[in-house]
Amino acid sequence: MNNSLINQSFKNAKKENRPALLTYIVAGDNSKKKSLEILKSISKYADICELGFPHNTPIADGGQIQTSSYRAIKNGIKINDVFSIVSKFKKIKNNKPIILMGYYNMIYQYNENKFISKCRQSKVDGLIVVDLPYPENKKFAIKCKKKKINFIQLISPTTSKLRLKKIIKNSHDMVYYISMLSTTGGKLKVSPQKILKEYQKIKNLNKSKNVVIGFGITEKTIKSLKKADGLVVGSQICKEITSSLKKRQNPVINVTNVVRKLINKIR
Amino acid sequence: MKIKKNIPLIDQHDKYGFWGGKFGGSFIPETLKKPVEDLTKEFQKLRKNKVFLKKKDYYFKNYIGSPTPFLKLENLSTHLGGAQIWAKVVSDANGGAHKIYNATVHALICKAMGKKYIVGDTGAGYAGKMLSMAAKKFGLKCKIFMGAKDIKRQKPNCIAIRKNGAEIIPVYSGSQTLVDAVSECMRYWVSNCDNTHMCVGSTVGPNIFVKICGFSTTQISRELKTQLKKEFKKIPKKIKLINCVGGGSSAYGFWSEFIDYDKKQIELIGVEAGGPEKSKLHAAPLSRNAKIGILHGAASYVCQDKEGQINETESISAGLDYPGVSPIHCFLKDTKRARYTYATDEAALNAYKMVTKFEKLNPSLEPSHAFAEAIKIAPKLSKDTILIVNSCGDAKKDRDILKKRLGKY
Repeated sequence: MNNSLINQSFKNAKKENRPALLTYIVAGDNSKKKSLEILKSISKYADICELGFPHNTPIADGGQIQTSSYRAIKNGIKINDVFSIVSKFKKIKNNKPIILMGYYNMIYQYNENKFISKCRQSKVDGLIVVDLPYPENKKFAIKCKKKKINFIQLISPTTSKLRLKKIIKNSHDMVYYISMLSTTGGKLKVSPQKILKEYQKIKNLNKSKNVVIGFGITEKTIKSLKKADGLVVGSQICKEITSSLKKRQNPVINVTNVVRKLINKIR
Repeated sequence: MKIKKNIPLIDQHDKYGFWGGKFGGSFIPETLKKPVEDLTKEFQKLRKNKVFLKKKDYYFKNYIGSPTPFLKLENLSTHLGGAQIWAKVVSDANGGAHKIYNATVHALICKAMGKKYIVGDTGAGYAGKMLSMAAKKFGLKCKIFMGAKDIKRQKPNCIAIRKNGAEIIPVYSGSQTLVDAVSECMRYWVSNCDNTHMCVGSTVGPNIFVKICGFSTTQISRELKTQLKKEFKKIPKKIKLINCVGGGSSAYGFWSEFIDYDKKQIELIGVEAGGPEKSKLHAAPLSRNAKIGILHGAASYVCQDKEGQINETESISAGLDYPGVSPIHCFLKDTKRARYTYATDEAALNAYKMVTKFEKLNPSLEPSHAFAEAIKIAPKLSKDTILIVNSCGDAKKDRDILKKRLGKY
């Protein structure tokens, strides 16, 4: 998948001598229309956009993303709406990669094959499935690859050396390194030096893989991890949506401001 | 799909942890892979370790108080006519419920692994109470995750948990019941798995937790087997073992030694929570034919909507108020070894009233569901049929609910 949009985005960022910025929002937060607007607006600054398909029993998400997910579900988001948001977005921004992220039960109920085909149809570029680790995800990852969809493997500080090698071998264009033992949105409790050291270990196994770092990354911490291929910000963005709604302000404007600040920190 | 003989059911899974090729597994975030693997290795080792097993048996006998009584409910049997009704009074175990077995084993494992902190989920509060007891006994720091709704309705157990020096973390997300407590507990473990051991309160969750819990509660049927032989000289010809099923830990423990018997001789009946008569909500994924889904790291029948969102459940009994169920029970259902049905809130309350009227027994609302089924079928059965109900919890914790619904406790 060498010429994938995801690969391209990393190359483009590298040309500018900076890490790629990956943003995460929950599809349908706080409505289908609004989340599409947010997506369109932040994609001016984000290199890759992650879009969560919300689940009401998320075992690895912290408070901010849980709040966004519950809000989206309450407002009636369905999986097919998630795909239609992607399709609509892609009609305008054909070149911006979209990664869907969520929990396996949603895919299982939709049917794996149907889900992957639908991803392909709506031009989804990649998939992250939080609770489908290696080696359980082997077959699924192969199915994704056949449809030219990047299956993104996760690696955590607890991943053993042997396991790391196997995961990298089975990974596609992008690998996601979880910075610390935490759910999403936790405070960064490990020093950036230490995180980058672990990151380098992954890089050394295969330089051609784009390794991104996520969890605990905010406006405050993003600069310190600039050396990575890419950095993911999710909870801070979800939090901004929540606080905009509370203040009765337009989340599109506020979230876009946050993302602009984020990219400026790593430029 | 077939059950093998002479192998404990907890070990009849494939290399990915699935029973019958589709129930169970370990659907966990990458961060938990290592701690789950470590725990799996440790448990495999300890299970074969004679010193550990001796220690376990010692505490089961001297701390938990095994064996728990097995007795005939003469008055209830006479009143109903038909089958003989017996009870295995597991609620006589230290702490007042079967949850003490799993909690004790987890505390011993936690010690063996050199971890100082232990966390667990609870619905009815028994799993939490027992874990806090075991933690205190073995000198571990303990946190219990409990839904805010359950904290309100199971006050006596909360008081006990705090008295034992454990901290209760109230969970306000979702329906504020057991399902959310388990999720929050898992999230906590994701963040603290380097120094903390997690105890899942039932035979649910990632494969290894199903196994550890099943390994612990199996004590119930081991005792019962001996007691049956003593009482009847041999295992009687017509037995029905009736147990309530929420996550399914007491039912598995009550049945495990009898699974190899022909079902014509020993029938296994699981009773789920049917919820209020007038409500559409329930917590009965097996008997109301829910679809397979993934919840808390395992595939099982789960109350959920078409999209895969987990449904809210409703039951008067906090311990059964859970949308999923053990993969082992899914396996027992699909192989037709066990039969599953449900009892409504009202039926459970009526059963409680009847049992307490005729017998010196005080079953909590969970086993009252099992009694409801026993009361329903006993009159239609022959006198030589032995109905045994696992009275796996004591009703002290239900004081407030019983007062409100029955006007007295």
